[in-house]
Amino acid sequence: MTETLAIAALLAMLAVVAVAIARMRNLFGVVVLSGAYSFLMATVLTAFDAADVAMTEAAVGAGISTVLLLGALHLAGSLEAKPASRPWAPLVLAGFTGMLVVYGTYGLPAFSDPQSPIHRHVAPRYLEEGLKETGVPNIVTAVLASYRGYDTLGETTVVFTAGIGVIALLRRRRKGGGAKP
Amino acid sequence: MKSDIILRVVAKILIPFALMFALYVQFHGDFGPGGGFQAGVIVAAAVVFYGVIFGLAAARRAVPEPLVESMVAAGVLVYAGVGVAGLLLGGNYLDYFVLDHDPVHGQHRGIFWVEVGVAITVSGVMLKIFYLFAGRGRGFEEDDGP
Repeated sequence: MTETLAIAALLAMLAVVAVAIARMRNLFGVVVLSGAYSFLMATVLTAFDAADVAMTEAAVGAGISTVLLLGALHLAGSLEAKPASRPWAPLVLAGFTGMLVVYGTYGLPAFSDPQSPIHRHVAPRYLEEGLKETGVPNIVTAVLASYRGYDTLGETTVVFTAGIGVIALLRRRRKGGGAKP
Repeated sequence: MKSDIILRVVAKILIPFALMFALYVQFHGDFGPGGGFQAGVIVAAAVVFYGVIFGLAAARRAVPEPLVESMVAAGVLVYAGVGVAGLLLGGNYLDYFVLDHDPVHGQHRGIFWVEVGVAITVSGVMLKIFYLFAGRGRGFEEDDGP
């Protein structure tokens, strides 16, 4: 009960922060608020006992990306220009899509329902045999690095590719000469 | 921010602990929450913190760019190398059971090196992106943080 209340309060705060981010014109404030959003999200994940994901969210969402956004702000200036017009169509479209997504969730199994298909496929075997087979008590690590080793290899390659892409785009510009930055 | 003595002192105190925590997250990831990805990000965050307080040039001196760039690729190579080691020892690709006489120890060994690879690539990529972003729009030799 307390946990449900805490999660509801956290989610309400997330909504408030999201609206504030959307309405704010001062981009420095937006960056700080998005850091706060990440910390709130990390707290929600901790309440869901997903400590691994919470740690990642706090480190990447609130730490690294805040610094990167501040770096971008340094280049772009810190005040968002006022929009020329206030079109309604995008808001209607976004609201409609949001309602569709919410409608779609009614087709999903209830949250953390042990009888849902995803929990009856390979998960029981991982949970029962994981410790015996890998000797690793943290089942998240066992699944990530061993049972799903191929996926994690792909994931690491994605990170690598993203890094290479950024390097290719932003690599040290030539001084003068009008070359492309 | 170089002139702010409080920030400098706090940074000097906190950064060793952040790196220590990263090592804990890395090598205790088998037992507690954490693993290569989280540890890599924490290492990168510690260096980014150093760069923000002491300037980009200082961070580049402490963790030079060629090292960071080779880390980006080295981690993937370590990960893929674990798979090749499995092949050479007579198993399938990324088969950890053959990495040691005792299959469970083999699993441990495989997971250990795989996580090391993930941590190396993740921290390399994060740091490289930070260097590139922070170094943009200012001379390369300038050394104040963003």
